[in-house]
Amino acid sequence: MMKSYLASTVAAAVLALGLSSASAQVAADPAAKQGGSITITYKDDVATLDPAIGYDWQNWSMIKSLFDGLMDYEPGTTNLVPDLAESYDISEDGQTFTFKLRKGVKFHNGREMTAEDVKYSIDRVVNPETQSPGQGFFASIKGYDEAAEGKAEGVSGITVVDPHTIKFELTRPDATFLHVMAINFSHVVPKEEVEKHGADFGKNPVGTGAFKLGEWTLGQRVVFERNPDYWNKGLPHLDSITFEIGQEPIVALLRLQNGEIDIPGDGIPPAKFQEVMNDPEQKARVVEGGQLHTGYLTMNVNIPPFDNVKVRQAVNMAINKERIVQLINNRAVPANQPLPFSMPGYDKDYKGYPYDVAKAKELLAEAGLDGGIETDLYVMNTDPNPRIAQGIQQDLAAIGIRANIQALAQANVIAAGGEKEGAPMIWSGGMAWIADFPDPSNFYGPILGCGGAVPGGWNWSWYCNADLDKKAQEADSIVDPARAEERNKMWGEIYVKIMEDAPWAPIFSEQRFTLKSTRMGGADNLYVDPVHIPVNYDHVYVNDVQ
Amino acid sequence: MTNAITPDIQPVASRPRKGAFGKLLRRPLALVGLALIAIVVLGAALAPYLTNFRPDEQIFDGLTLSGEPLPPNGTFWLGTDLLGRDLLTRILYGARTSLFIGIVANGIALVIGTLIGVIAGYYRGWIGSVLMRFTDLMMAFPALLLAICLAAVFQPSLWIVALVIALVNWVQTARVMYTQTSSLAEREFIDAERTIGAGSARILFLHILPHLVPTIIVWGTLGISTTVLLEATLSYLGIGVQPPTPSWGNIIFENQTYFQAAPWLVFFPGAAILALALAFNFVGDALRDILDPTQRGRS
Amino acid sequence: MISYLGRRLIQSVLILLGVSLITFALLYLLPADPVRQIAGRSATPATVESIRRQLGLDQPFLVQYGRYLLSLLQGDLGRSYIQRSEVSQLIVARLPPTLLLMAGAIVFELVIGLTMGLIAAVRRGTRTDQSLMVVSFVGVSAPQFVVGLLLLYAFAVKLGWFPIGGYGTFSHLVLPSLTVAVMSSGWYARMMRSSMIDVLRQDYIRTARAKGLGRTAVLLRHALPNAILPIIAMIGIDIGILMGGIVVVESVFGWPGIGQLVWQAIQRVDIPIIMGVTLVSALAIVLGNLLADIIAPLIDPRIKLR
Repeated sequence: MMKSYLASTVAAAVLALGLSSASAQVAADPAAKQGGSITITYKDDVATLDPAIGYDWQNWSMIKSLFDGLMDYEPGTTNLVPDLAESYDISEDGQTFTFKLRKGVKFHNGREMTAEDVKYSIDRVVNPETQSPGQGFFASIKGYDEAAEGKAEGVSGITVVDPHTIKFELTRPDATFLHVMAINFSHVVPKEEVEKHGADFGKNPVGTGAFKLGEWTLGQRVVFERNPDYWNKGLPHLDSITFEIGQEPIVALLRLQNGEIDIPGDGIPPAKFQEVMNDPEQKARVVEGGQLHTGYLTMNVNIPPFDNVKVRQAVNMAINKERIVQLINNRAVPANQPLPFSMPGYDKDYKGYPYDVAKAKELLAEAGLDGGIETDLYVMNTDPNPRIAQGIQQDLAAIGIRANIQALAQANVIAAGGEKEGAPMIWSGGMAWIADFPDPSNFYGPILGCGGAVPGGWNWSWYCNADLDKKAQEADSIVDPARAEERNKMWGEIYVKIMEDAPWAPIFSEQRFTLKSTRMGGADNLYVDPVHIPVNYDHVYVNDVQ
Repeated sequence: MTNAITPDIQPVASRPRKGAFGKLLRRPLALVGLALIAIVVLGAALAPYLTNFRPDEQIFDGLTLSGEPLPPNGTFWLGTDLLGRDLLTRILYGARTSLFIGIVANGIALVIGTLIGVIAGYYRGWIGSVLMRFTDLMMAFPALLLAICLAAVFQPSLWIVALVIALVNWVQTARVMYTQTSSLAEREFIDAERTIGAGSARILFLHILPHLVPTIIVWGTLGISTTVLLEATLSYLGIGVQPPTPSWGNIIFENQTYFQAAPWLVFFPGAAILALALAFNFVGDALRDILDPTQRGRS
Repeated sequence: MISYLGRRLIQSVLILLGVSLITFALLYLLPADPVRQIAGRSATPATVESIRRQLGLDQPFLVQYGRYLLSLLQGDLGRSYIQRSEVSQLIVARLPPTLLLMAGAIVFELVIGLTMGLIAAVRRGTRTDQSLMVVSFVGVSAPQFVVGLLLLYAFAVKLGWFPIGGYGTFSHLVLPSLTVAVMSSGWYARMMRSSMIDVLRQDYIRTARAKGLGRTAVLLRHALPNAILPIIAMIGIDIGILMGGIVVVESVFGWPGIGQLVWQAIQRVDIPIIMGVTLVSALAIVLGNLLADIIAPLIDPRIKLR
């Protein structure tokens, strides 16, 4: 039996966000000017624009502009709002989600979107032949296992009730499900276009988004054009966006200073940071914002001496985080827990381990290791990570831990971390976890949970606490938004317990600094959007059009 | 003066070795070169006694409050780097690595390349063919991949870098030596030597090799710069020296993007590489002149 | 000539086979797991294994290599693991810029390098010679990244004579070619000087002068063609290397060449792209050297093609 929450607390929350009407809840900025084009640069190539596959820094929000999902976030924030869904119902047991879709949403090829398309899109991601990196996100849907193994055609738990209503039945209550409905992997694709292009759909994307693909010159540029039939009238503001690729960040900055581009997509290079911030004119155009990111030092609990919790705690106390942050021109904020501070569930009152060299040495002595330790510290070889690792190395040396640095290519470090006794310590910089969606559970599963402590996994500390896993599951089954506080508190407790066991030494959370050209307009938080990274293309505009 | 039948060459083997070093010292440029080399070698060897700092010492006062390195000043003669370490100290200690690479690794590559190129160029036929195709193969060899593989298997060490460099850098020398030897081998005087019964080894060593000395010197001295910079790339991939061990190449490599904000970090190690290569070049050129078979009796 | 070319062709095929085997083996031995890169960081072990099976990466080495060779023989370079697009399409898109940069670089190298070398040789021992020699060494010792940025900063940003990186017109080509040429022209200059000095000492030069030919005529008609032999070999090498792309220059100038493609492929362990580019550049190297070997006897008739 399905009981709708609309009459009760969810409705209250929903209305508070102002979403019940069919008109654009993610409303266009009244001050925005319509028209104009901007240019954004990136260093790495855009691999693909297929929402089932794209999982890179560059294409993540590019895909969000070409496609839509059932849910999205208020621009510049981490608040969920319905997107392609007009409204939704969650059953009382939290295991059935029913979405009512908007009418009149058209794909870029003109056809109207229906619930069939939604089912097709998610079935496609779960289908093993697609080789989608996002397959696992849908594991809580009934019928996932058979579909993921290729034994069934489509996920049985997804039902098309009518052309504008779709129902998801889960095997367990999942508090993160709405976030999963907002993630790129759920975005809706038209079946006929996928079948027409096959594996090349990623280079010929067709979606329902605010922009459509105009031109793609391989290796040089991708051009987005405004979708005039976009269902959210008034968006996007821009007529087109040109993404230029293969651009070195320093040169991109030079071009920005020369007025040729609007936003360097990879940010301000460390070498130029001080120069920019010391110039008041440029500093005024820099937007600073938090990221759902934490940089941490992992300690492999399988490799002595890190199997001793005292040693791990000593490491936590040995590191002078302020100095490390100074090494990167204060572009980060010291961290004392795994969650980044802009993540819901962050414990503001938690103090963490203080910087206390004497206490650290004491702990080492208690562990019987005051004679000194020699170990390896793995780090990714791109700047500024080896520098940070050397800073950490010096701090460790001060308490008697001699850490030999192994600066390797990213893939090699990841491979070492995925081996049970591969890497004793890893500085995660450059490969650190950035949240897939703004929810505390996302920082647990793959990197601190037992599920990630497997060969090839991302839990490089190989920390596995079955009790915490159980507690995590419990927390994630609290679907009722009214109990969100309770859930966040549970997660807070989980992370505090993790810090007691100290498999990690969290060091800092990087801030994002976006430098924009003078003509860019729109609220600041659009330029440091925590989800549509780095910039929310749909909502920004330029000031120099009529 | 020169005999019309055997125009250019006179046997090299006879006497001049004894006077060579003396002659070297009489040439000013060669002196400068030798002095520079001596300075670098001494600097590398005596590094711990020459400065107060250690190369991996991150000094708190070595950075501004916002984390910027300091330009050359009274305390830090060549400035500091991005971790607040004294640049002069790092360059002195880094000389050890770079000397090893520039001389040993580069030297090995030079020897291998010359040997293969000369043998292939002289004997031609199927030996020449096999050797040259092998050279082609090694030129196309994905050295970067090899480096990454080695990085995962072995503990990073300078010997592996030297090995990879020797493996990779000999090919171009070989190609050029091959072309020159092919041409030399066909010259009349070689034919003349053969007709009077000289064996291949004698011809190779006494007649062909001396004519290749200029090329060897060019390749050897320019190769110093190239290999020192190459070592930086290889260390970046994980097979060479690991941070915080300095080398001239990796100091430049780490700080390339900062060359506008902190030019001393690129300029000084770069100047060191340049000086070393030039020094060897001066000495080599002078040696070439002294040992030059066609200059016999003219200096 | 025909039999020579025929033989070289067969040898080239053998070399390409050798390169493919070595590269494939190295990629197989790499501890970094390509499937992990495809599956992403959030994948379950089940997903990873399924992808591994589909791509045939769970097969033994020889089976995998055999399959690759088979498709290669049918002209199929496979599909990129990360981009899912056809490797041939990705490479072809980047060939014209790479070829352009190669041509531009070689032109600049030769013009600058040979001129410097010639002048240095003719004025051997003078200040001019010594300063040109130092200039060559500076060029060779300067890291390309810094040179590129310096040129960009001076000529594009400050003076505005050229665009700040990018690709499309002739003026886009100048600075990147110059950056590559700065290092290589040092080599060409030194080699040219050395070769020229050697040639100028030969008897036939003295004979020519004795015959009354002017200095320039002697230089250009008698000395130059003979001195240029080792340079031909170097050009052959250059063609091969430049065809493999130069990552540093390409990334500084935003030049859409093969170098950037393969560099990013190596980071992501995108095996099909790495294999494809390695083979293409191996082909270029083999052809470059072949060209040099064919031209050499044209310059020095004593060298016979054997």
